Amino acid sequence: MKRAPLLFLNVFIIAICGLIYELLAGTLSSYVLGDSVTQFSIIIGTYLFAMGVGSYLSRFVEKNVANRFVEVELAVAVVGGFSAPLLFLTFANLSYFGIVLYGLVFIIGALVGLEIPLLMRILKDELDFKDLVSRVLAFDYIGALVASLLFPIFFVPRLGLNRTSLIFGMLNAAVAIWGTWLLEPLLKRNITLLRVKGAVIIILLAIAFIKSDRLTSLAEDSLYVDNIIYSKSSHYQRIIVTKGKTGYALFLNGNLQFSSFDEYRYHEALVHPVFSTFRGEPKRVLVLGGGDGLALREIEKYSSVEFIQLVDLDPDMTNISFAVPALGDLNHHSFLDPRVQVTNADAFVWLDSVATDPFDIVIIDFPDPNNFALGKLYTTRFYNLLKKKLLPSSAVVVQTTSPLMARKSFWCIAETLEAAGFDVRPYYTAVPSFGIWGYSLASLSPFDTPTKIRDGIETRFVNAEMMPSMFEFANDTSRPKEPLEVNRLDNQALVRYYEEEWRRFEQ
Amino acid sequence: MDLSRRELLTLFLGAPFAFAACRETSARRLPDGEIVGQTVSLGHTLREGKTFEVPAANWETKRVAIVGAGIAGLSAAWRLLGKGFDDVAIVELEKEAGGTSRSGEGTPVKYPWGAHYLPVPFAENADLVALLDEMSLLEARGPSGEIVAKEEFLCREPEERVFYKGRWYEGLYLNAGASSEDKRQFDQFYVEVNKWINFRDAKGRRAFVLPVEHCSDDAEATALDKLSFADWLTQNGFDSPRLRWYCDYACRDDYGLKLEETSAWAGLFYFCSRVKKSGDESQPFITVPEGNGQFVSHFAGKAGDRIRKGWMAVSIEPKENGVDVTCLVDGELRGIRAEKLIFAGPMFTVPYLIRGFREAPPFAAEEFRHNAWFVANLHLSDRPKPRFRSDFPLAWDNVLYESPSLGYVNATHQKGIDYGPAILTYYYPMCAEKDARTTLFNYDRDQIAEVCLSDLERAHRDIRDLTTRLDVMRWGHAMISPQPNFIWSGVRQKAMEPYRNIHFAHTDLGGVALFEEAFYHGLRAADAIAK
Repeated sequence: MKRAPLLFLNVFIIAICGLIYELLAGTLSSYVLGDSVTQFSIIIGTYLFAMGVGSYLSRFVEKNVANRFVEVELAVAVVGGFSAPLLFLTFANLSYFGIVLYGLVFIIGALVGLEIPLLMRILKDELDFKDLVSRVLAFDYIGALVASLLFPIFFVPRLGLNRTSLIFGMLNAAVAIWGTWLLEPLLKRNITLLRVKGAVIIILLAIAFIKSDRLTSLAEDSLYVDNIIYSKSSHYQRIIVTKGKTGYALFLNGNLQFSSFDEYRYHEALVHPVFSTFRGEPKRVLVLGGGDGLALREIEKYSSVEFIQLVDLDPDMTNISFAVPALGDLNHHSFLDPRVQVTNADAFVWLDSVATDPFDIVIIDFPDPNNFALGKLYTTRFYNLLKKKLLPSSAVVVQTTSPLMARKSFWCIAETLEAAGFDVRPYYTAVPSFGIWGYSLASLSPFDTPTKIRDGIETRFVNAEMMPSMFEFANDTSRPKEPLEVNRLDNQALVRYYEEEWRRFEQ
Repeated sequence: MDLSRRELLTLFLGAPFAFAACRETSARRLPDGEIVGQTVSLGHTLREGKTFEVPAANWETKRVAIVGAGIAGLSAAWRLLGKGFDDVAIVELEKEAGGTSRSGEGTPVKYPWGAHYLPVPFAENADLVALLDEMSLLEARGPSGEIVAKEEFLCREPEERVFYKGRWYEGLYLNAGASSEDKRQFDQFYVEVNKWINFRDAKGRRAFVLPVEHCSDDAEATALDKLSFADWLTQNGFDSPRLRWYCDYACRDDYGLKLEETSAWAGLFYFCSRVKKSGDESQPFITVPEGNGQFVSHFAGKAGDRIRKGWMAVSIEPKENGVDVTCLVDGELRGIRAEKLIFAGPMFTVPYLIRGFREAPPFAAEEFRHNAWFVANLHLSDRPKPRFRSDFPLAWDNVLYESPSLGYVNATHQKGIDYGPAILTYYYPMCAEKDARTTLFNYDRDQIAEVCLSDLERAHRDIRDLTTRLDVMRWGHAMISPQPNFIWSGVRQKAMEPYRNIHFAHTDLGGVALFEEAFYHGLRAADAIAK
């Protein structure tokens, strides 16, 4: 049997595996550290350099070249196969992530860099030098192409990063075992030992593969099914914008904030009822949160509005419509409206420290209360601070998470507003990418449930016919019978409700 | 340098830690900063027992003179002013009033130099409730008459977290990794605590309540003062390391003493005196960024220029119809001739200051023992980065399980400032260690800063780079030590009696260094004069 053609197949698979590990590292570091251009650039550079180092080091392998070749292949199988799970585990410990990431990339690169020269030396007695070089390198580069095509099209969407990594580890080990037969005449001693090692590695990788669901739930592996077109770790949060078949989506710390496919349902239901609640011509509007500018787009439809103060923590959020032009198109360039004034501050601190004239309408659109820093924005203290910026006639709306998925949290916010002295009308609507989503209308004086949209306002979703139904709760979303705690700074009851309720839906 | 650093860290943080910390040889940067407050040399001139001649022109007369503008002296002045006694002078040797409740001005918030919270008092403590009402810290009384503090002054959640083996956990008691035996002992400990919370003597008094003066003197309760808290735990079968750590932390935090050095009565007082009835939560904490500095500001605002800062009382001479106080002010001697004097300085200074006391002492002033502390304020340009996603987030009180320090309090917490610059107040009690005071004053700002940063680096690797300024306060006589056989030995009771025209008012008289005690004794002394 001529082994050369089969060994070329071997080269081909090695090349695929090597490139897959490199792509995994690049993707993971883009997820974790953001800025994909920088990440991929550094990963590719490190990897190629490490290959060079590996190639150079191959000259120090003098004896038992075939043995060394198989051993190197097994080493790649272990390090490469476990690379993604290992990176996911270190991901929890951010201070080590960079070291582990570049360490792994370097080790894999160096090992892969060792392989090809060793293989060429093994084959040098069977082929002409010109044939050898042309074929080995051709197969090497074809493998790279196949890997780079299959990775985004098939492996990431179908298997996720962890399982892709583990599968290629197994494949790599299998090729190494197969190599022990191909190279049998050249192998000195210990062939069985090599095969046993290979088998053990495959078994370990297989176990990890079976358990990978648990591992995945630890991290954000399968979170972004669509392509990431923008990612940034700002001072406050991790911002990710993806683009897929249904359009654009924005994630903060891995939590979906909107999907361009149905965000109009969310934002129209947020903005128009509160405008209908206010009696008279609203002039001054306060927006807390809402740095995506989508609520602004709806507010700007009202020509009576003279001034819109938007307070959002994160400058990287309020600038995102400029950083990602598609989002500027989506919000109709709402930040360019001269009526808008943007302040980057924590709304709690802003309310506590900045004096302003009162506002007619306040739109509160914070992320869900999944940590204490956000939880404080839903407390009686926060609403009492807000009252200083209100007139008795002012109307307020608050985004209040899902009454279906987090029923206690939803009603806890309503009760907290009541405890702060507001008349409150909770309501909800369906936003497919979120599910059943809730809000609360509030005012310091009693008010009627709104029944129509103001004249001349064009909407895609909200209308007078459906508006009353938003305020009717079904048996599975109505106010719970058991008493709920009011969310206060000194108990942060909401964060605890929220964690308890949403944890049920985590895998 | 490195050997001395190792010695330094061994002394303050323990040998194993010092060994580990000194293996790293990376450059250790120290932020700017200085030693603030207390000038030792000033206080110690008293010991020389000189005689002082005040020039005749430098005498003035006052109805009441108060020595010491800590919480006790300020409370006494507040009470006297409230009763129409305007002719009062308060002399304070430091440049600032407030004693261990002093605070500093920083960006973005003020910060404490010592005491930093007050538990909401029971309704029975009417005087303290009146003060809190006057300061607008309380909500309007509800139908049940509950005392409820306003939300912005109640310590914001998350209140506490503890750092253990590289990770932060919620709460102060270390639940992570507790065995079933640990949990059983923890529950059993609270069974004992609840027994004492529900205790009432024949006169209906609680065993543990604030102020100490209102506690039962029934022998069943006061017998606890004869043994250490460590011995009490052992006798009751509590050997769980984490329960004992929890109790030890409580003693170090409230009294500056270790478990073995604290009276069991004082130890249980910590756990029982702020709980209304068994099963209730402990009374919530009132706090603001500057801590109890808010009370100092309030009192000082009322007293105005009656407070004489930088006036060091050097001699107090009881007379037939009054008391003469001699003070050293900017190198000049000044005298106040008062009808009555409230002594609100630490009790151990009494024999040095009051003429004639030493010759026929009515009580043994040396039994009032104090312990030394240092407090550092770290001005941070940003928050330390969490190392693990699962780490419990920055809380108000952040405790290191494996450190002899008490960890740090975050001054920005109560204002809801969760991003950007912060000020952390780091507390280190020297406990009853022999020569602790001398040890403390042997080290300069840089060395103490090094201890503080090395300690915090175990939890926050980036702390050194984030700290832009680190100031240190060395408290030579920080607080009274409730060691066994002190609180119920009778010496406090004797010291509460007036000595000629002098009334004693310092916190020391309570036996525990708490705001409520200082306030109570300040008011008691003022009432005795005003009656």
